[in-house]
Amino acid sequence: MIRIALAACLALATALPARAETEVQQVTSPGGIDAWLVEEHSIPFVALELRFRGGSALDPEGKRGAVNLMTATLEEGAADMDAQAFAAAREALAARFSFDAHDDAISVSTRFLTENRDKSVELLRKALVEPRFDEEAVERVRGQVLSNIRSEQTDPNAIARDTWDKLAFGDHPYATDSSGTVDSVTGLTSDDMRTAHDAVLARDRIYVSAVGDITPDELGTLLDNLLGDLPEEGAPLPDEAEYGLDGGVEVVDFDTPQSVIRFGHEGLKRDDPDFLTAYVVNQIFGGSGFESRLMEEVRVERGLTYGIGTALAPYEFAELVLGQSATANARAGETVEVIREEWRRLSEEGVTQDELDAAKKYLTGAYPLRFDGNARIADILVGMQMDDLSPDYIENRNDMVEAITLDEANRVARELYDPEALQFVVVGQPEGLDAVN
Amino acid sequence: MTRLIALAAFVAGSFTATLSASAAETTTFTLDNGLEVVVLEDHRAPVVVNMVWYRAGAADEPPGASGIAHYLEHLLFKGTDDLEPGEFSEVVAANGGTDNAFTSQDTTAYFQRVAADRLGLMMEMEADRMRDLQLDGRDIATERQVILEERNMRVENDPGSLFSEQRNAAQYLNHPYGTPIIGWKHEMESLTLDDALGFYRTYYAPNNAVLVVAGDVEPDNVRALAEEHFGPLEPTEDLPERARPQEPPQTAERRLTYEDPRVAQPYVIRSYLAPERDSGEQERAAALTLLAEVLGGSSQTSVLGRGLQFDKDIAVYTSAYYNGTQYDDTTFGLVVVPSQDVSLQEAEDALDAEIAAFLEDGVDPEQLERIKQQLKASLIYEEDSVQSLANRYGRALTSGLTIEDVEAWPDVLQSVTGEDIVAAARDVFDRDRSVTGWLKAPEGGTPAPETAAQPAPSIAPEVTQ
Repeated sequence: MIRIALAACLALATALPARAETEVQQVTSPGGIDAWLVEEHSIPFVALELRFRGGSALDPEGKRGAVNLMTATLEEGAADMDAQAFAAAREALAARFSFDAHDDAISVSTRFLTENRDKSVELLRKALVEPRFDEEAVERVRGQVLSNIRSEQTDPNAIARDTWDKLAFGDHPYATDSSGTVDSVTGLTSDDMRTAHDAVLARDRIYVSAVGDITPDELGTLLDNLLGDLPEEGAPLPDEAEYGLDGGVEVVDFDTPQSVIRFGHEGLKRDDPDFLTAYVVNQIFGGSGFESRLMEEVRVERGLTYGIGTALAPYEFAELVLGQSATANARAGETVEVIREEWRRLSEEGVTQDELDAAKKYLTGAYPLRFDGNARIADILVGMQMDDLSPDYIENRNDMVEAITLDEANRVARELYDPEALQFVVVGQPEGLDAVN
Repeated sequence: MTRLIALAAFVAGSFTATLSASAAETTTFTLDNGLEVVVLEDHRAPVVVNMVWYRAGAADEPPGASGIAHYLEHLLFKGTDDLEPGEFSEVVAANGGTDNAFTSQDTTAYFQRVAADRLGLMMEMEADRMRDLQLDGRDIATERQVILEERNMRVENDPGSLFSEQRNAAQYLNHPYGTPIIGWKHEMESLTLDDALGFYRTYYAPNNAVLVVAGDVEPDNVRALAEEHFGPLEPTEDLPERARPQEPPQTAERRLTYEDPRVAQPYVIRSYLAPERDSGEQERAAALTLLAEVLGGSSQTSVLGRGLQFDKDIAVYTSAYYNGTQYDDTTFGLVVVPSQDVSLQEAEDALDAEIAAFLEDGVDPEQLERIKQQLKASLIYEEDSVQSLANRYGRALTSGLTIEDVEAWPDVLQSVTGEDIVAAARDVFDRDRSVTGWLKAPEGGTPAPETAAQPAPSIAPEVTQ
């Protein structure tokens, strides 16, 4: 699992910005579909974002990769059109659709011109509601998926991710990559696609946002046309994943010059009352930009790496603090040692008032900047809904960040960061790791 | 303090040039010391992107010091007479902004994304480091380790990138585009402070830079801030003419095979030397841009997608690429990632057969019409991201093009005909100017691969800080 890049986790983790001048309207269609809308009529297009809670974690036993393959095949023929006819129709309308399967959600990201709105929505409806899953289309997309799976078998980043997930999550779907294995994907059929479709693309788990050149009434009608014929109810969501790692270093021998290092341990749920505080602490420790402690100690001071970062990863059925870096094999031991020492220092000594103030300044200043484009805003708004936040979070979020005290930050640092539990997975031919094992 | 010279006045007789193809207002002017300024207005959000683009990239490096342009880019975060090492990014972050930089063959660019009312502070710091960099030996040595780790990450750990370096080196017989942007490892290891400062003093100057400001700003205000902060900077008086060694006639086809046990998914790439966009003469580049779309733009409806992924089960992925926005000769490329039991030879033969058939059959007019519709729409979608607009201008202006060329480009694309495309194809597909590369695992090796989630090859344009 865990295909989302760390940066994406960050974005998901905190919903949006501070005093952004984004005016969200909550719209309910005549048919009862809820959506958040920001009207922006200055450019003649709409960004429409759909999310279906669930995603690849809903793969049935033995069918790993079914949801991923199904999602990748949605555009490969629908209703009266085969894959090429569908693509030609979409291209003629200059509409842009992308369908992606994540562990916890299917995302459908679309943009379409005002002048082609009705036709674009009708085409999208066909892909979502009447996909064909023709044998030859499934076969063709399967070939692409298998090619990716094979490529990842020798990609040190993918090996690090897969090893971590396997060790951490046992027999939960999160333990394996959502693309599936060569064996599981080879066995999937068109019927499996139809089953997966009805399990995940259902109205009881849908989240919608729209930003752009459209009114609330127009959006309501659009949504009923687009989504009204989807199944009412999907498959039950999976159980919580049990976390199975208890600290140490796992080395995967792989002949490559630079070791990839993945590290972390259990984290906090998105709805944990301490989540935002932990988010601020993480910003200080390993957050984005050049200012974090880990960037300072590992890159700037020692030149051990090009990049290092950590993120809170609040998945639906598990939660992690996760980091990643890479360094020449000869210096892997030193790098692991520095990370471990910084983890211990954070846990034992916490952060300083200056660090907290700087992080608050950055986070509160950066928040409104996220709301600068229809597609970006639509993405943020749909993520907020999945995180169960209300639109006024946009206004209040910076005040909540400002209110965090040094004592709270350090309590959370102490409770969350546990050097004993810190687990490393190192892929490469690292040297000097015995010292820290 | 500085009088402004309107660039637009030279081309259009007016101080302000408005891009007809775009809703974003575009204003351009030039300071007395030669700094060109482009202002792109977008008032939807209180955000601004401040970018400084230098007309200096990896292809402008002296021989033997490959990687110095990119290394210098890293060092620009290491302090000036007024800023401590790291302080630049610290100040940006303290103002809620983000900053970064990137280096390509033709340009090095630095940017911040920040609240619109902090623009002056960003310009003040950019102006400071344009002329007053101050470095110490320790920072230099540590940062050299960082770029070597960056090379490890981007190249040494990725057989697709190693393959790409070998193909590029074979493609250019004489031009420095054959040298990787990040540098050859053995030369990177011995880069010195003097190498960096020599490059810096020559090229980092207002008369070799373009300032692009995009977002919630007023041109008059930008002009005043630019005059205040950049106006006092001295230009480089004897700025060398931008003339790199050019390619001789290429008269022999090149072929290479790169083997690495980390390759699990083999593929074949053919690249051809191709003309770039030239100022005032963008027609051929426009035809090649459309040729890439016709051949490989869509997996379902392009020539290669239809022929190799649908009609025959030859490939799991096909692509054609062309980037005309370069200062000197660029490349046109074709990619085939074969299906499981198809050999690289079969894949290459099938590719050649498709291209030959295409040259006979010509362009499907309906397909061409759809591509043009999408190009029109992309102008509208692109307005949603002020940063991508800023990139479009910055990249063009540091690649030998003018504002006028940028504004004319959408219409030039629309005027290309099917005959133009076939003619451009016949011209560019000359095997004597081509490199054909196979990427594969050694015989009997474990199936292996690598490269990243997508089998898309790295054609790789730039390296960031």
